[in-house]
Amino acid sequence: MLEVRSLTKRFGGLSAVKEVTATFETGRINAIIGPNGAGKTTFFNLISGFHRPTSGRITLEGRDVTGLRPDRMAALGVGRTFQTTSLFDQATVLDNLIVGHKLRTQSTFWDVMTNSARLRADERACRAKAEEVLDFVGLAPIANRLAADISQEERKRIAFALALATDPKIVLLDEPAGGVNPEETVGLANLIRKMVRSGITVCLIEHKMDMIMSLADRIVVLDHGEKIAEGTPAQIRANPKVIEAYLGADYAAA
Amino acid sequence: MTPLQKGLLAALAAGALVFPFVAANDYYIYVMSLAYIMAIAAVGLNLILGYTGQLNLAHAGFMAIGAYTVGILTVDYGWPYWATFVLAGILAGVFGLAAGLLSLRLKTHYFSIFTLCVGFIIYLIIEKADGLTHGTVGISAIPAPTGIGPVQFNSTVPQYYLVFAFLCLSLFVMSRIVNSLLGRSFVAIRNSEELAETLGINLMRTKVLAFVISTIYAGLAGALYAGFVRFLGPDLAREHHTFDMLAFILIGGIGTLFGPVLGAILLTWLTQSLQFLEDYRMIVFGPLLILLVMYFPQGIVGFYRTQQARRAAAAPAPERSARPARVEEARVNA
Repeated sequence: MLEVRSLTKRFGGLSAVKEVTATFETGRINAIIGPNGAGKTTFFNLISGFHRPTSGRITLEGRDVTGLRPDRMAALGVGRTFQTTSLFDQATVLDNLIVGHKLRTQSTFWDVMTNSARLRADERACRAKAEEVLDFVGLAPIANRLAADISQEERKRIAFALALATDPKIVLLDEPAGGVNPEETVGLANLIRKMVRSGITVCLIEHKMDMIMSLADRIVVLDHGEKIAEGTPAQIRANPKVIEAYLGADYAAA
Repeated sequence: MTPLQKGLLAALAAGALVFPFVAANDYYIYVMSLAYIMAIAAVGLNLILGYTGQLNLAHAGFMAIGAYTVGILTVDYGWPYWATFVLAGILAGVFGLAAGLLSLRLKTHYFSIFTLCVGFIIYLIIEKADGLTHGTVGISAIPAPTGIGPVQFNSTVPQYYLVFAFLCLSLFVMSRIVNSLLGRSFVAIRNSEELAETLGINLMRTKVLAFVISTIYAGLAGALYAGFVRFLGPDLAREHHTFDMLAFILIGGIGTLFGPVLGAILLTWLTQSLQFLEDYRMIVFGPLLILLVMYFPQGIVGFYRTQQARRAAAAPAPERSARPARVEEARVNA
């Protein structure tokens, strides 16, 4: 599905991501873990097109997509969420989601000026998509609530819904369960499983180890920008390098 | 739009239509027309500032480009008014495209500072290039808009209706834009440029489009201004006119369709009614502005809209009450 080869990003003299090679397979939940400052978010920014890699290649379904702009990556099927989601607080939840499907529409500026049939059809399609993804993430009951009035967990679900509205093949989730309570974390983990069951490949960054270990099919561990380990949760838990760099002896024993 | 909003709008439009008959004298009609012209420019500025989130401080400069297009071509070259009117929109848009492509490479306050300079450069060029623009002397005796059919625009009342018609047209076009998917991508950029890009929105192209449309509005407002005031000086390009429009937008409601219009009318009349205080009017004006921004940060229209939306969300909608069962099921299965 998505492959990176010797991906490197240097900011001045600092290598934020160094020679990382990894493969994210279709229909899997891939996790990226590592201590703060390990280069996880930079890695996501490289894949989603926000940073241009210093060297290395990114291929999506066999196609070279290295250095493409974020909007092009989105069009090719790479969706993503951010650690914090900025919504238009004075609009309803549903209103916030409608724009998410715009990239799959064809209307031009002329269509807007004439309010053409094509524009209206596109707007109906976007609204329908917004309702569909809202239902998918379980927020249909709050569709008409103001975005200012929703909880942190609901905001996380909306971030998922926005990414899903772009019809992605792969979704990059940056700390999807950051700042929500344990009970809600379980709910979000279930939602991620549901996304994978619907045919989407997931790649996530997360610090909540219990969640990662039960959720991920494969884990990549980054430290100081380098990949120090890769494998199944069981392999990662037993890896001495990972224990030293990130997990700590307590977690390995438990 | 709810029936209440439609009724409100119809009442406002009716009020504007009968205004010349109830106004005490021609001067009031003149002031109101000028408020409408500034409102058209402010509606344009609101697209790039209120909807797209980019504070463009060169807006008055683009208004001056439109106004001077009309002034120079009608007075010095004898062009018919309406030909220069169209050209004013086009020229402002072309200059807007060039300025937009350059300045929108910058973000947030860097963009604002850059455009502040662009506006000042426009002012300086108008002031210094006196061979073309008549410099500090200004252009006087600009002809009024040529009559259309039997209607002549050389007195205050017909001009009032002409300007009002353009205000309605500009609001109609703007409502098409902001209520469409295109308008939604502008708002997405305002909320978060990163998120907008991840949703597949081409950042530069979309921002430049908003910028160009807003400068066309400024250019056409300037063209109307030239034909209405009939005198132009370089001062029109100065930043304090942009700040006036900014105040209209903030008070009326940033990122709302009618906010800039409401703000332009309210502030124009407030300034008029405080005229007797002369320079001291700022003592009343300043605190009033601060209070408005403190208690109505979304402006008047924005405040009203948020209240409406809260009320709508609180009322149980039939569609929603039918749904939860299915959604609960979805959550359990998830």
